[in-house]
Amino acid sequence: MPSGFRDRVAIIGMGCSQFGERWDVGTSEMLAEAFDEALADAGIERKQIEAAWLGSCFDKVNIGNSSIPAATALRLDAIPVSRVENMCATGTEALRGAAYAVAAGACDIALAVGAEKLKDTGYGGLPAQWKGTFNDMWQPMSSAPAGFAQLAAGYRTKHGVSKDDLKRAMAHVSWKSHKNGVKAPKAHIRKEVTMEQILNAPMIAEPLGLFDCCGVSDGAAAAIVTTPEIARSLGKTDVVTIKSIQISTGSGVEQTMDDWDGSHVRTTRRAAAKAYQEAGINDPRSQLSLMEVHDCFSITELVTMEDLGVSAEGEGWKDVLNGFYDADGGVPCQVDGGLKCFGHPIGASGLRMAYEVYNQLLGRAGERQLSNPSLGLTHNLGGVPYLGIACISILGLAGA
Amino acid sequence: MANDFGIKSLGVYVPRQRMERAAIAAAHRWMAPSLKGLAKGRRAYLNWDEDAVTMAVEAGRAALGQARDGVDALQLVSTNLPFADLQNASLAAAALRLPANLRTLDIGHSHRAATSALLDALRAADGETLLVASDAPPAKPASTAEMNNGAGAAALRLGRGETLARFLGGGSRTAPFVDHFRAEGQDYDYGWEERWIRDEGYLKIVPPVVREALSAAGVGVGDIQRLVLATPMRGVPEAVAKAIGFKGEIQDQLAEACGYAGAAHPLLMLAAALESAGAGEKILLIGFGQGCDALVIEKTAPPAKASAVAAALAEEVVSSDYLRMVAFRGGIELEWGMRAERDTKTMLSEAYRSHEQMTGFVAGRCRVCDTIQFPQLPYCVNTACNAKADFIATPLAEEPGKVLTLTADWLSYYMSPPLYVGFVQFDNGARVMMEVVDVGPEGLEVGQPVKMSYRIKELDPLRGYRRYFWKAVPIREKADA
Repeated sequence: MPSGFRDRVAIIGMGCSQFGERWDVGTSEMLAEAFDEALADAGIERKQIEAAWLGSCFDKVNIGNSSIPAATALRLDAIPVSRVENMCATGTEALRGAAYAVAAGACDIALAVGAEKLKDTGYGGLPAQWKGTFNDMWQPMSSAPAGFAQLAAGYRTKHGVSKDDLKRAMAHVSWKSHKNGVKAPKAHIRKEVTMEQILNAPMIAEPLGLFDCCGVSDGAAAAIVTTPEIARSLGKTDVVTIKSIQISTGSGVEQTMDDWDGSHVRTTRRAAAKAYQEAGINDPRSQLSLMEVHDCFSITELVTMEDLGVSAEGEGWKDVLNGFYDADGGVPCQVDGGLKCFGHPIGASGLRMAYEVYNQLLGRAGERQLSNPSLGLTHNLGGVPYLGIACISILGLAGA
Repeated sequence: MANDFGIKSLGVYVPRQRMERAAIAAAHRWMAPSLKGLAKGRRAYLNWDEDAVTMAVEAGRAALGQARDGVDALQLVSTNLPFADLQNASLAAAALRLPANLRTLDIGHSHRAATSALLDALRAADGETLLVASDAPPAKPASTAEMNNGAGAAALRLGRGETLARFLGGGSRTAPFVDHFRAEGQDYDYGWEERWIRDEGYLKIVPPVVREALSAAGVGVGDIQRLVLATPMRGVPEAVAKAIGFKGEIQDQLAEACGYAGAAHPLLMLAAALESAGAGEKILLIGFGQGCDALVIEKTAPPAKASAVAAALAEEVVSSDYLRMVAFRGGIELEWGMRAERDTKTMLSEAYRSHEQMTGFVAGRCRVCDTIQFPQLPYCVNTACNAKADFIATPLAEEPGKVLTLTADWLSYYMSPPLYVGFVQFDNGARVMMEVVDVGPEGLEVGQPVKMSYRIKELDPLRGYRRYFWKAVPIREKADA
């Protein structure tokens, strides 16, 4: 096991645009919103940034491919800027690039920024994925909810949970996030919904109804990273450091071989194990102060509670119903409303999650502030449960 | 007799999608109230992802079973082939995994084409031919043809060895008799008055050809037990029987649950006749269209223990949503939303490069660790192996499987919503994420046994192309099975 880079990189500034249906601005302006806030938070100037990573997923909407649109939008002149894309894990992937550069000593201060403009498609939901010429020959052209909805069938079968019980637990996931989102000024959807509304909503991909699906939004988020030493030299007293970032990408085992049972996400389990090891966590249920996970769909969040080892296998749905993941529960999850309320502008989401954890750790979360959080986890899931990219970051106060 | 050239096996396919004729009549009662008189039973129609090629593959699979070796010719008969210039039989041959040293040929342009092809092949008595007739004659809304027509395919394996039936003799006649026509580029047939077709067509053209065929076979009409005459017109087989002095059994037209399947119909009905006929029974097969073919065929095997025709007819997903049938054949432009704007271009070079595993649905079994995997990629998927690809071809199309996970997707653009997708777990260990089609009102559950079906995967309306792949179909246990 390599030594990892626990506490070798500090986040000194973060920004997040208003999320929502941003008919008023384009991607460049949203990037600027997040960038301005991050620069001001860090207390540095643009010219101090030595390298940047842009996360953006879709080419045909949003700003196109390559790093040029971001360098142009933010006037990052003649420094190395890279564009990364790793499906729904794209935002965290951008943070990882910037953090690795600092940890490697390749630069002192780096920027990670991510944005997506999903509301310029003309319809709701994500654009159809382009799978490449080979996979297009055989893979069904199903939607994102169709990929994740199948977890419900696998979970019910594995654990003998009835359709009604699981649907109710899934509904609680969304009910809780809607309640939390009301207190997040930058969220897209800030409205409580009742369990009845959730349970009776139109079907999107069985058993996922409308409220089991996250919002579709525009948004951008940014992080400025450096070493803890430089952070302190810049006058930062409370320093948030990266304890771990781990990514696990599937190689086709689950979708090809016959041992995966459809009830969990293997790559999340792998990424979590490595992230906990890197961060020195051995009991996530008691050590984690909060989590921002990839609740693209309610069933994803529910299954993730087990994949992260916070709930025991087969017990996640009960923990959910018992309120363990509510804002006042054992490990609050989606304190800001999650993807459910912020929506999921792909390139921004991972950084938006980090933004909430960062602000919670620094005691800046306003109405949502938890008492004395010390460690927070973010989790992104790109692709589909059986073939995807699980991306986990653990942030904490230096010394935690 | 065992070494005679003849019909060695047969296979049939009837689309599971069936429309209540009463629903068709009800949709048109404001302008064509007389259709109510035809509103009995159900007619077969193509699902959006079926065409003459996919039906031909299904019928061909049924006729061949696992035995694909030895076939040296594939003839595909239809008046509704998807491609005008691109040999449709070659597409079916690839899906059927027939040997590469195969002669392939498309045959069409008349509802008589299948009997003509059969006559030619039986007279040539050479090699081993898979003759498949597959058709779905189009019909204008509110026409009687819309009520009477159906869809289906039948395949006959012709060769030497153990046979079901042998050929005794035949005859043909050509006549520029235009009972109906459909010009290139036209959507629908244009037909003449039925009384004229009966009196000047069937009753004058058929009898001399029957006499010629009986003479060639060295039998009299009294030696014939069954008359197979496919026609969309009521009363015609009876009138022809009377004209030729036939007093035996007139083969049922399969109207109750299928309808008239154009160029495929003579072979569909022949298949039904062959299944029920006893050894030694003689069948008179008549094909009509711009002339006539007549064939005398003698059954050489006892009656079939189970009827494939009856099974195909019984496997049905019945609907009374008339517009579903119209929409599937592109007869009405519906608001499918912007998701339908997705480009479905097929990269032809990629398609050819991967056709053996994609078109043939062939997984690979790793020679090192035995893991069966689809698709086949450069290295074995098993993390305990990951050996450089060295796979034994393992076809999946005939492999039993069950649904492992599933969902019904209402969000994706799909012409027959919802789009059912899920993992199919094959009994041999392979696993593939697949579309599940022809699900019907019963829905889908984990553990549902499925079988494979060759279907259109993508239609590309911009370029007129279509691409095929395999999908799963639920195997429904019938109460009486």
